[in-house]
Amino acid sequence: MFGPLIVKSKKVKCDKTGSWRIESKPKYLQKNCIACKMCVFICPEGCVSGKEKNTYHTDYNYCKGCSLCALICPKQDIEMVKEETKLGELQGEKK
Amino acid sequence: MENRPLFKSGHTACAGCGQAIAARLVIEAAGENTIIANNTGCLEVFTTGFPESAWGVPWIHSLFENAAAVASGVEAALKYLGKKDTVNVIAQAGDGGTADIGLQALSGMLERGHDVLYVCYDNEAYENTGIQRSGLTPYGANTTTSPPGTVSIGNIHPKKPMIDIVLAHGIPYVATSSAGFPRDIQRKVKKAISIKGPKYIQIHVPCPLGWRHESGKTLDVAKLAVETGLYPLVEYENGVLVSKRQIVPKPVEEYLKVQGRFKHILKNPEELKKVQEIANNNIEKYGLKVQTQ
Repeated sequence: MFGPLIVKSKKVKCDKTGSWRIESKPKYLQKNCIACKMCVFICPEGCVSGKEKNTYHTDYNYCKGCSLCALICPKQDIEMVKEETKLGELQGEKK
Repeated sequence: MENRPLFKSGHTACAGCGQAIAARLVIEAAGENTIIANNTGCLEVFTTGFPESAWGVPWIHSLFENAAAVASGVEAALKYLGKKDTVNVIAQAGDGGTADIGLQALSGMLERGHDVLYVCYDNEAYENTGIQRSGLTPYGANTTTSPPGTVSIGNIHPKKPMIDIVLAHGIPYVATSSAGFPRDIQRKVKKAISIKGPKYIQIHVPCPLGWRHESGKTLDVAKLAVETGLYPLVEYENGVLVSKRQIVPKPVEEYLKVQGRFKHILKNPEELKKVQEIANNNIEKYGLKVQTQ
């Protein structure tokens, strides 16, 4: 028949969904962070990373700008700023 | 968690997708020794656009109705190989794949007693194909197949009591959770996995597109559903209610007014009363109200 369809898992990172952002993007101020990890927990993309206080950041290649992390941060250490990258620019870089 | 992500970024869920939050929390709580059988649905479509996959664990998709049947087969094979103790099997589906299309496969899996965790991501409609109503769509919701107008008020049927249906099978663990409570999801998944036998968890996951709310409101909406009593968080072990999230009930308007799909209900005091009654019944049934002394 067709044989097994083996796909390379964990390779989904080649879709740069960051180009979906149109209005705003989160800015991690890294000033009052208490490393509660709520932003890591609730990011639908799973693109927030960091290890200690004031080291958390997001990967703009994948962030869709939903603003959930900015709203959940108990210290208001994440703010939404205006998006400057033009739509499709990231996808253009890929080529 | 960050070093070896089991649910990787770059998938094509909408911004603020509740299901993506819940799916990531579930797989991270379950750990890497997991095999997933997935129904057709949003989750399958946005994580595995060929030839890519967001999953860092073995993952299989067959048909819309049979994630539970496939998971049963995987579990039986692992048992035969003598590896069941080291590997978790998870079957996961949306609400349509659980309550409508996959109900008989799910019932069979529960009845045969397979050691599988079944996770239902309840976004309250067939969101993937364009927001058609499902068995788990709540009363009064506006979907493309239950539009409100002069004759209809939206979805005329109440939400299917999936928790009661699953409980009737006499399985060891049944729970509901919500994307608004990330630690609750992880605690329940870890507890479920430690129990042998069929387990069922239903997670309430807001859908910004289908429910018509801002993508940044996902967690607020999920929390409000619990706080109004419309989505009680309960946990049953061997048929006994062992824990519930107690609330100071808020009026249902607070939950309804943030979503476009309930806009018509707010203009209709009679229907609003009916929705409030559903919440009141839940609060009474599970004893959700905080006892003040």
